[in-house]
Amino acid sequence: MHLAYPAVLSALLFCTGLYGVLARRNAVLVLMSVELMLNAVNLNLVAFDVWLSRTARETLHSGQALTLFTIAIAAAEIGIGLAIVLAVHRNRGTADIDRLRDTAEGHESDAPAAEKAEATA
Amino acid sequence: MTPASAALTTATAAAGTHGFLSPTGVEIAFLLVGIATFGAALVTVTTKQLVHAALWLVATLGGLAVEYLLLTAEFIAWVQVLIYVGSVVVLLLFGLMLTKAPIGPSPDADSGNRWAALTVAVAAAGALVWVVVDAFRTTWIDLSGPASGSTKVTGASLFRYWVLPFEALSVLLLTALVGAIVLSRKAKADTTPTPAGTPTVPGSRREKEGAR
Amino acid sequence: MTTTTLAVLVPLLPFLGATAGLLLGRTAPGFVRPLAVLPTLTSLVLAVLVAARQGGGRAVDAATELTPTGSVPIELALHIDGFAALVAVLVGVVASCVQIYSTGYLRDDPRYPSYAALVSLFTSAMLLVVYSGDLIVLLVGWEVMGICSYFLVGHYWETPEARAASLKAFLVTKLGDVPFLIGLFALAADAGSFRITTVLGTVASGGLHHPTLIALLLLAGVAGKSAQFPLHTWLPDAMAGPTPVSALIHAATMVAAGVYFVARLLPVFEASSAAMVVLAVMAAVTMAGSALTALAQDDIKRVLAYSTISQLGYMTGALAVGDRGAAVFHLLSHGAFKALLFLAAGVIIHAAGTNSLAAMSRMKDLRARVPDAYWTMTVALLALAAIPPFAGFFSKESVLAAAEHATTGHAERAPGAAGWIVLVVGLVTALLTAAYATRLWLLAFRGHGAEAPDHGRQPLVMNAVLWALAVPSLTFGLAYRVLPDWFGGSGLTPTLTTSVLGTGLALVGGLVTYGVWQRTTALAARAPLGALAAHPEADAGLVEAEAIASHTPAYGDVANAPDPADPGRVLLGPLHRHAAVGFHLDAVYDALFVRPVRAGARLVRFLDREVVETYVRAAGALPRLLGAAVRRAQTGNVQTYVSALLAGTVVLAVAALLVATGA
Repeated sequence: MHLAYPAVLSALLFCTGLYGVLARRNAVLVLMSVELMLNAVNLNLVAFDVWLSRTARETLHSGQALTLFTIAIAAAEIGIGLAIVLAVHRNRGTADIDRLRDTAEGHESDAPAAEKAEATA
Repeated sequence: MTPASAALTTATAAAGTHGFLSPTGVEIAFLLVGIATFGAALVTVTTKQLVHAALWLVATLGGLAVEYLLLTAEFIAWVQVLIYVGSVVVLLLFGLMLTKAPIGPSPDADSGNRWAALTVAVAAAGALVWVVVDAFRTTWIDLSGPASGSTKVTGASLFRYWVLPFEALSVLLLTALVGAIVLSRKAKADTTPTPAGTPTVPGSRREKEGAR
Repeated sequence: MTTTTLAVLVPLLPFLGATAGLLLGRTAPGFVRPLAVLPTLTSLVLAVLVAARQGGGRAVDAATELTPTGSVPIELALHIDGFAALVAVLVGVVASCVQIYSTGYLRDDPRYPSYAALVSLFTSAMLLVVYSGDLIVLLVGWEVMGICSYFLVGHYWETPEARAASLKAFLVTKLGDVPFLIGLFALAADAGSFRITTVLGTVASGGLHHPTLIALLLLAGVAGKSAQFPLHTWLPDAMAGPTPVSALIHAATMVAAGVYFVARLLPVFEASSAAMVVLAVMAAVTMAGSALTALAQDDIKRVLAYSTISQLGYMTGALAVGDRGAAVFHLLSHGAFKALLFLAAGVIIHAAGTNSLAAMSRMKDLRARVPDAYWTMTVALLALAAIPPFAGFFSKESVLAAAEHATTGHAERAPGAAGWIVLVVGLVTALLTAAYATRLWLLAFRGHGAEAPDHGRQPLVMNAVLWALAVPSLTFGLAYRVLPDWFGGSGLTPTLTTSVLGTGLALVGGLVTYGVWQRTTALAARAPLGALAAHPEADAGLVEAEAIASHTPAYGDVANAPDPADPGRVLLGPLHRHAAVGFHLDAVYDALFVRPVRAGARLVRFLDREVVETYVRAAGALPRLLGAAVRRAQTGNVQTYVSALLAGTVVLAVAALLVATGA
């Protein structure tokens, strides 16, 4: 089989995930897109591992091992990520990425006023 | 250096005998499944219904598992099915539920950043595909012979050469576990005064741990 | 100790005193007075020792080269001949007197420590100039004197007069110093050395290529430092400084440095007869013009200042006829009696509470309030008017005799024209000198009207110094017998013709002034004038500062008073109006230099504000605009950030690929 097939597929999947990360509003959907990107990488790893193990007589199988690690790490990431999303959702009542704009310019200027209002209240 | 150059020569020799216009059966299967996978992925990131997105993600991940099988990496394929399709997607679904994601189409599923995202993604795809095709169009994978990703081979490699990273990974998973608990508990402590928020918290944590 | 060691210590001690005074002035006020007086006194003793050892014999020469300095070496060199030894003694005497006098004069001044240190530093610099055998080392002392003069004239910097005067003194002397420096370089380039002995050797062997140019360049610096026409205008204004400073710097030492310098390098000037004629004309204009001006001044110190300029004109006149012995003789005697005049004037200003002669002429019995100042000033004024047997008589006669010697063509080096100019103008000036000296004495001490205010006894140190200086004013003239041994020149004995002529003219001037005064003094009662300082009980320095500051408001001018009782007004007639303002030289300079410079400054300010600052503002505004634009990008939306980041990554990756593949 041509190596170009899995490579191109993985590139396309990766860019699909990229689009999802950049375009999706819901944080859980963003996490899904991140999973897509990770899977694209996994496909690449597996394909190149197979190619190398045949042509270069490589017995280390680093591609497959790394794929397993990636899967494990992705699982951990999804757990932590979802915990964060839930915490944010609980605190703010929303999981929409584009509503979390605390780092926007000019935000600090009204922050002291808010603190003052809290202090007086 | 020698194996690499040998690989190159064999690859060019292979390219001489294998053209894109005479695909093998495996290639056709890979191509069809790949198209289906890519389509599922596209639906995942574009659908207006959030729960459908999760379900289409299942399709995508399943398609990838089939691709792993076609690449003779059977162990990876089953792990993929077990962990991704089995647990991660379930976890994501729980996440969607717990964040009160609406059932049915939600018109604002995409943010205003969509067109910028599309531009970046298409540009990246163009660049990547161009590079990858340009680099590997003559490279051939020989799939004959014993499966290179059978459970036996993978297990031998994993526990012979990759034991230390494997154990380190277990520590990482433990850390993630503890982190998830800490994040949830802190939130619980914060929300104890308000009884309305409490039911969601333990549920989410329990489910996560159960999934893992 | 060898003579060389002693000579090195002479300028070094006041310098160390100045450093210590500046360092300890604030922390240990008790040490300030000893630190000011003792090094100067020690230095005086050492200078006397050096003079005694040198004894007018062979010049003491010593040199050490610290480091190679390019093509023309600069050496720390001493060159002590009779001139240097005696002038150093004069500097030591006057500086010691001034330091002692200042302890009384400025006893309550809060800035006394820095004042005393600067006076010490000045003394050190002057001694360096006197002893130096290397022109660059001399220049160092020359410039240090200039900057000390600037600080000391501006001692009362609270008053606008003092600020303006200090700046003027500095700038005008600097105006002369630039050509002076160029002249020094030209001289050294021709001679191949900065050593005075080498330079003189080159001149003697005819090795000087551009004698006229060099001499004229050097003359510019001399005119600036010695307050010769046309660069003399700073000296009368410099009287805004404290009186002891005027006595030290602007009467006895710094202004004499120019004369001393010419005396040292006289062969260089003699190499060019054109330079000698220029020197003679300069001297003539200076002495006659400023004598006329002195006759019209109202401020007692300005009278003395113009008198100083006039007497310096005598010295340059003596140099113009090629007799440096006479010049330095007059320098020495003038230094003594003019310092005395200034110090006595300080006492009188303190006692009268004003520096205006018009106001003093309306006070009765001022002389009874300050008997010491009265008697010593009388002596000094007689010396100034060149009445025998006071010091000024002998020194001035030696100048006139030298001029007369030159007219007859006996002087082998000086042109006859120079002799005639100096002789005629010198005699006229003798008459004028006697006139203004008499006017000063009459107006200050023979006033009618209200009783002079009683300010108590003057401090003892001040009076003691006056008497100490009265001694040389009285007797130094008799040194004409021994001085030729020191100067190695012709005799300084007065000749009969010039003595009779000079003394006669002086007597005529004095008597005419007296006659006019008797006629005009009756007018004084009818035209009341007077402005007195508000704090008669304060120390003399403060009284003087206030007197100077109140002169312009009271009389409308810093130098002039509308006093019909002034004999000078009658004597000068229509000239008085012009003489009172120094023959409009300041106005000319104002039109020639000050206004163009101010216009240029305004232009530069305009350019700076409208053109340069536009760029500066634009340099600030552009980043501000960019910042505003960039700030808009800070939406807080993480997805936007990541989009931009990834877009940049793609662009970079593609660019890197294109470069790597060589496309």
